[in-house]
Amino acid sequence: MQEIDNIVNGQKLFQRPEYKQVLENKKQFEGGMGAINPAKTAEIAEWTRSWDYREKNLAREAITVNPAKACQPLGAVMVALGFENTMPYVHGSHGCVAYFRSYFTRHFKEPTPCVSDSMTEDAAVFGGLTNMKDGLKNCAALYKPEMIAVSTTCMAEVIGDDLYAFAIAAKEEDGGEFLAEDFPITYAHTPSFTGSHITGYDNMMHGIMSQLTEGNKKEKKNGKINIIPGFETYIGSIRSVKAIVESFGAEYTMLGDHSDQWDMPAGDYSMFAGGTPIAEAKDCINAKATISLQKYATVKTMKMVKKWKHEGGLSNPIGLKGTDEFVMKLAEITGKEVPKKLKTERGRLVDAMQDSYPYMHGKKFAIWGDPDFLVGMVSFLLEMGAEPTHVLCNNPARGWEEEIRAMLDTSPACSDCHVWAGKDLWHMRSLLFTQPVDFMIGNSYGKELMRDTNIPLIYIGFPIFDRHHLHRYSISGYDGALNLLTWITNKVLDQLDEETKGIASTDYFFDLVR
Amino acid sequence: MAALRQIAFYGKGGIGKSTTSQNTLASMAYYFDKNIMIVGCDPKADSTRLILHEKAQNTILQLAAEMGTVEDLELEDALKPGAGIFAPDSPHGWINCTESGGPEPGVGCAGRGVITAINFLEEEGAYEEEGLDFVSYDVLGDVVCGGFAMPIREGKAQEIYIVMSGEMMAMYAANNISKGILKYANTGGVRLAGLICNARMTDFEYDLAWALARDLGTQMIHFVPRNNIVQRAEIRRMTVVEYSPKADQALEYKELARKIIHNDMKIIPTPLEMDDLEALIMKYGLEEEADEDNIGKTEAEL
Repeated sequence: MQEIDNIVNGQKLFQRPEYKQVLENKKQFEGGMGAINPAKTAEIAEWTRSWDYREKNLAREAITVNPAKACQPLGAVMVALGFENTMPYVHGSHGCVAYFRSYFTRHFKEPTPCVSDSMTEDAAVFGGLTNMKDGLKNCAALYKPEMIAVSTTCMAEVIGDDLYAFAIAAKEEDGGEFLAEDFPITYAHTPSFTGSHITGYDNMMHGIMSQLTEGNKKEKKNGKINIIPGFETYIGSIRSVKAIVESFGAEYTMLGDHSDQWDMPAGDYSMFAGGTPIAEAKDCINAKATISLQKYATVKTMKMVKKWKHEGGLSNPIGLKGTDEFVMKLAEITGKEVPKKLKTERGRLVDAMQDSYPYMHGKKFAIWGDPDFLVGMVSFLLEMGAEPTHVLCNNPARGWEEEIRAMLDTSPACSDCHVWAGKDLWHMRSLLFTQPVDFMIGNSYGKELMRDTNIPLIYIGFPIFDRHHLHRYSISGYDGALNLLTWITNKVLDQLDEETKGIASTDYFFDLVR
Repeated sequence: MAALRQIAFYGKGGIGKSTTSQNTLASMAYYFDKNIMIVGCDPKADSTRLILHEKAQNTILQLAAEMGTVEDLELEDALKPGAGIFAPDSPHGWINCTESGGPEPGVGCAGRGVITAINFLEEEGAYEEEGLDFVSYDVLGDVVCGGFAMPIREGKAQEIYIVMSGEMMAMYAANNISKGILKYANTGGVRLAGLICNARMTDFEYDLAWALARDLGTQMIHFVPRNNIVQRAEIRRMTVVEYSPKADQALEYKELARKIIHNDMKIIPTPLEMDDLEALIMKYGLEEEADEDNIGKTEAEL
């Protein structure tokens, strides 16, 4: 039992004799195989590590276990929070919204504003128009946003609610009391049962960019550069990218900049912080160039931008090569020399990479995450002479598998590297047992894999719920690559210490200097 | 190039929607050189059978189900060129056909299927085909849910033709569909463009259809008489236009096609209340003056 002057957490509490006794007594009532026949359980557990099980696992069709992806509206909510004073509004059931909010909040350790119109049985039968009329009005009246960005959940999509018509109807009924005629209600259909959070990101970004710019195209371009970060979960990455663009002295618009929203200082909470000003977003069609930093998270959006005839295109600034390409693209667009500051930063990174190279070289990695994240990370690992043995993506877009394959094929060390498109983390478990690696790189969902396989997990990805502040750092640009280098190399060194700490057995290599 | 026109055929199930629409569209292609894409929005997938000379073998949803996801599907797998005189190398207009398909009766959600299918066509650029003049949607039954209203959302079909007959239930359905159109017309560009009376040869059919059209604020764009040649052609999986282009019935469809091409009467409908609809049928549908006292009386009692 807890004692009033010595409250302990669950870790210690359940180790106390009275709790141990309770758990022991409980076992006789448990029907699980573990209680009845522990030997059989151990035998099956052992079998799940075999090649035999792996083949059955890889042939699995019916279910997905631990998918390493989320659903469309999550991405749409992220886009919305990247615009100034914009409330993400999810047309659908409120349980879905609770999920998006807690998901982001657990990762960023910050509140996530988002509203829903709480569709229930009657809305499913009669359509969600009434909910939307009330919801938009309440949202505008209570929170006074400058824009409301509407996305949808499964339920609204199955019954075929039409957001375009609903938004107009809501304004009409409101008659301008809370929703003025020119109040921007942007929207995107984001059915959760198809695609993933990056599809939702793409749909919402496309929705906002196309709807806000309607009728705003001017004869003359304004000379600015649009940057679309994509589903970026590293606050620091957005800041790194901005710093690079600013070092060229270029005028730019970061479309969907949520870096301040999820990084508010203590004692200074407001509902919204930072974000792309709406007026700037309305003008983004007149920019000179648009660069998307995540190809697979902006497929539809960039298709539209292509029709706008902007310069720029795609660039993934993760790793040395990726950042070089981004910097050169900016140099080309602005017509300016690469600033000295960037050259110095680059030099420092290359120097650091040389220092750590012997430790990362030849190490085998398993890595999973979003398709663009993986493109950047695989590129960086190859730069460091590492071997990305298993590259797994549950939500790949068309062309992703071929792109990664082509990258791996450039490395002479990668004769035994595998790309796993559309597979999940339970597949990964089999892969790790049958073709082991030295390290894993991934999100918090790799925690169980780490326990099962004893392979160290380097926390890079999304979501990260159980390690703090990593999202504040950058993984893009030269400084971001330096962070990646630091995290990975130090984990390699931690492991080396772990393996060499045996007194008088392995500690001949337990060195002070590495 | 003239702007792409998107039209849709709605109507009660079994009214002859698919037959009428295919014969009409065939006439638009054959006599007026229009290039057309037909989008069948019916799980039965029989909206393009007469153009293809076979039931569409691969519907969008069936293919998507086989591949696991609609994203893996290519347009050419699901969009088929018409057979015979409607092939892409036709000296007249060509017709391309696609079917949304959908679940077996009694399971799943056909409405969502329509949404998925149309989104797929849009994303794959089916609407941007060179030379395309018309897109036509053939939609099952009533506008029973949001999915079946997908073809009349903004940016989709802007002209709706309702296929009906002089039977009470067909008129009831036509009125209901008008209610659906009205919902979307208030916020978008969709308009009711006319009733097509596919004659059943019931009493006073012409008058009834005409009166309903008038009360809805639209026109009866054509009265298609009943003719067995339609069935003879259909057994051969052909339109009358292709089977016998000089037949009287083919010329009826030609006239309907001409009227649709030149149609400039597109309105927001004014659907009737149920009582008004019954009153209309009483007024035009019975030989003698209708009497309130006669309601519920058998023939023998009268």
